[in-house]
Amino acid sequence: MDFARSTVLVCGGTGCTSSGSQKVIKEFETQLAAKGLEKEVKIVQTGCFGLCALGPVVIVYPEGAFYSMVQPEDVEEIVSEHLLKGRIVTRLLYDETVQEDSIKSLNETNFYKKQMRIALRNCGVIDPENIDEYIALDGYKALGKALTEMTPEQVIDVIKDSGLRGRGGGGFPTGIKWMLAAKSPNVIGKYVCCNADEGDPGAFMDRSVLEGDPHAVIEAMAIAAYAINAEQGYIYIRAEYPIAVKRLQIAIDQAREYGLLGKNIFGTDFSFDLDIRLGAGAFVCGEETALMTSIEGMRGEPRPRPPFPAVKGLWEKPTLLNNVETYANIPQIILNGAEWFQGIGTEKSKGTKVFALGGKINNTGLVEVPMGTTLREIVEEIGGGIPNGKKFKAAQTGGPSGGCIPASLLDVAIDYDSLIQIGSMMGSGGLIVMDEDNCMVDIAKFFLEFTVDESCGKCTPCRIGTKRMLEILEKITQGKGTLEDLDKLESLAYNIKESALCGLGQTAPNPVLSTLRYFRDEYEAHVVDKKCPAGVCKALVSYSIVADKCKGCSLCARQCPANAITGEIKSPFTIDQDKCIKCGACIEKCKFNAIIVQ
Amino acid sequence: MKSLAELEAIKNKMKNQVGMRKDDDAHATRIVVGMATCGIAAGARPVMTAMVEEVAKRNLAHVTVAQTGCIGMCKLEPIVEVMAPGKEKVTYVKMDAEKALKVISEHIVNGRVVTEYTIGATEE
Repeated sequence: MDFARSTVLVCGGTGCTSSGSQKVIKEFETQLAAKGLEKEVKIVQTGCFGLCALGPVVIVYPEGAFYSMVQPEDVEEIVSEHLLKGRIVTRLLYDETVQEDSIKSLNETNFYKKQMRIALRNCGVIDPENIDEYIALDGYKALGKALTEMTPEQVIDVIKDSGLRGRGGGGFPTGIKWMLAAKSPNVIGKYVCCNADEGDPGAFMDRSVLEGDPHAVIEAMAIAAYAINAEQGYIYIRAEYPIAVKRLQIAIDQAREYGLLGKNIFGTDFSFDLDIRLGAGAFVCGEETALMTSIEGMRGEPRPRPPFPAVKGLWEKPTLLNNVETYANIPQIILNGAEWFQGIGTEKSKGTKVFALGGKINNTGLVEVPMGTTLREIVEEIGGGIPNGKKFKAAQTGGPSGGCIPASLLDVAIDYDSLIQIGSMMGSGGLIVMDEDNCMVDIAKFFLEFTVDESCGKCTPCRIGTKRMLEILEKITQGKGTLEDLDKLESLAYNIKESALCGLGQTAPNPVLSTLRYFRDEYEAHVVDKKCPAGVCKALVSYSIVADKCKGCSLCARQCPANAITGEIKSPFTIDQDKCIKCGACIEKCKFNAIIVQ
Repeated sequence: MKSLAELEAIKNKMKNQVGMRKDDDAHATRIVVGMATCGIAAGARPVMTAMVEEVAKRNLAHVTVAQTGCIGMCKLEPIVEVMAPGKEKVTYVKMDAEKALKVISEHIVNGRVVTEYTIGATEE
C-alpha cells in the first residue's frame, strides 16, 4: 500500500498487549477486509503512548481521534461508523479529548499538556518494526551528520555541552563518560554497551523505549561508537522483556540490511555492529561491572571500581556503558544541537526525564517531563490525582535505591540534585505514589526484602547487613520493636552505605533512611503504641464491629473464612480476636461501614 | 547505506505515510468526502479512491483526504469539500472520479477553483 487515507495506530506496548491490543488489531484486520477498506486504511502497531491505564489505546488519523479501552467488540463500530462513514465514535473517545463540537487535540489534555517528548518522541507514533518509518521522522540522520560532517571530538563536545546526564540513575555527565572512553587507547578493541537491564520494581521506561523506538537506541550506539572509536556493541536486556527483545532484533536486522550497521557506514571508514545479550533477571546485573561480567558469560557479580569501565571494562577493554533512555536522547541532541538541549530543564539537570507512574494514581503510565517539573504537577495534573478521593501520602522515586518524598515536599522541582538533597534519588525513573492506606514501615520492608533477595552475596555489608536490617523491620511490624531498634537500624544503614562494594548495597538502605527521616512518627507508633496507623501491619491491627452500626445481617459472618464472626440475626455481631486472621474480607462485604480496623 | 542521499530518498518516499500522524496540521489542505449512506449510494467511494490515489501519485504531502457524514444535501451527493488554510471552503457537488482528478490537478495543485463543479454553479 502506498498511501492510505486513514491510519489506525494501535498500541502494541507491553501494557496494552496485556490488556488485549493484539486481539483488537486482528479484529481491525478482519473488519476492514469485510468492508473492503483494507486498501484505504492502514493499521500500524506502535510502541507505548504512555496512558497505559486506559489501554488498549487506538488513535485514528487524520482526525486524531483517541479511543481508549477499546475491546474487540468495539472495533466493528469504529470501522463501520468512523472509517466507513466518517462519524467519530464519541462513546469510545478518551473523556478528556471530548469537547462540544470537535475533538480536542491530545496534546491539550491534562495528561499530555505538560509533557515534553524527546526520548519518547516516536513511541506511539511509528511502527517500531519498520525502519522506513523511523527514517521518515529524521531517523539515522544524526548518524549521517556525525559520520560525514563531524569529527569524533566534535561529537563528544556536543554531548558534553548539552549537559546530558546518565538517565540510569547515577546522573553522571554523559559527555565526560564518552570523553574518558575515547581517551583510553584502543589496543585491540573497545566496546559500546547499552544497559537495558531495567530491574526496579515498577519501572518500565526502558522497555517502552525499546518497544516503541528501538532504532533510536541503535543509532545512538553507533554515534557513541564513532565518538570513542569502537567497532562492536552489546545491548544487555533482560529476557523478561520478550516484546522489546523481538523488536530490537528486528531493528538490528533491518539496520544491517540497510547498511546502517556493518562495514563502511555511509561510505566512510567507520564500521560498527551490534548484538543482543540476554540477562536472566538478576537485579545486580543492572550494576555496570556486574553487567559486563554477565556479558562475558560469567556469574553476574560486581567488582571494585576503579578501574572504571572506560579504562578496563568488557574483556578488560575500554568500554562505554549508557542506559537506554540516555541513548534515546543522543540523536536529537546531535540534530538540534547542544544549545537546544541546554535550554530545557534546570541549571544542573538538562533535558527531560521519563517517569513510570504507578501505585495509587489515576493515570498509570509513562510520562516524559522537562527537568524541574514539580512532583505536584506530575501527581495531580498529569497523573490525574489519587483514586477514590484518598489523600496523597508519599511518592517513592528511584526504586529500591531511592527514597520516599512526603506530601510537604510535593512542590520541589525534580532534578538529580534536588532529589538527592531530600534523601531520595532520580533512579531510573520509577515513581510509585502512595496514599493514606500505605504503611511506610511496610513499604521500607518491601524494598528491603527485594534487595535482600537480589543481593549477589559477594560483599558482607550487603549480604548480611541488609538481612539484619530486614529482621529489625520485621520485628517492628510485628509490634516487638523498641526505640533502640530504630537507632540500630539507622547506624546499620549508614554503615552499609559506606562499606558495600557496589551501587546495589550502597543504596539499599535509602528506603529505610528516607522513611525514618520523614515518617519517624509512623515507626514510633509501631514501636511505642504498638499500632499501625495505616492498618497494614497485621500483627498490630484488630478488627471489630461497631455495635451501633451493625444491623445484624450476617453477611460478614458468612464471608469470614475463619468463622471468627458470630451473632444472632438482627442484633450486633462480634469478632473473635483469637480466630480472626485479619484478611479484611468482612470489611469489603459490610454495607453499613460497621467494621473498623484499629 | 552508502550515502546521505539514499537516506533522504527513503525519507521522502515515506513522508506521505507518516505525515498525517501529527496534530499540528494547520497548514494542511483538507479534502473531505461525504460518505454517509446517501453519499456512498451516489458513488462517493470511487471519488474518494480516485482522490486518495491521485494525492499519492502526485506526492502531495500537505494534503489529507478524509471522510465525513451527511452534509444535508443528499440530492447533490457525492459532495467533496476542500478546505485550505486561510481560504474559504469550496464545496463541489455531484462528483465522479473524473471530476475528482480535475479538482486535484486544477484546484489543489494549481490553486484554480473548478467553478463549474461547485455548489454555486448548480444553483444558477
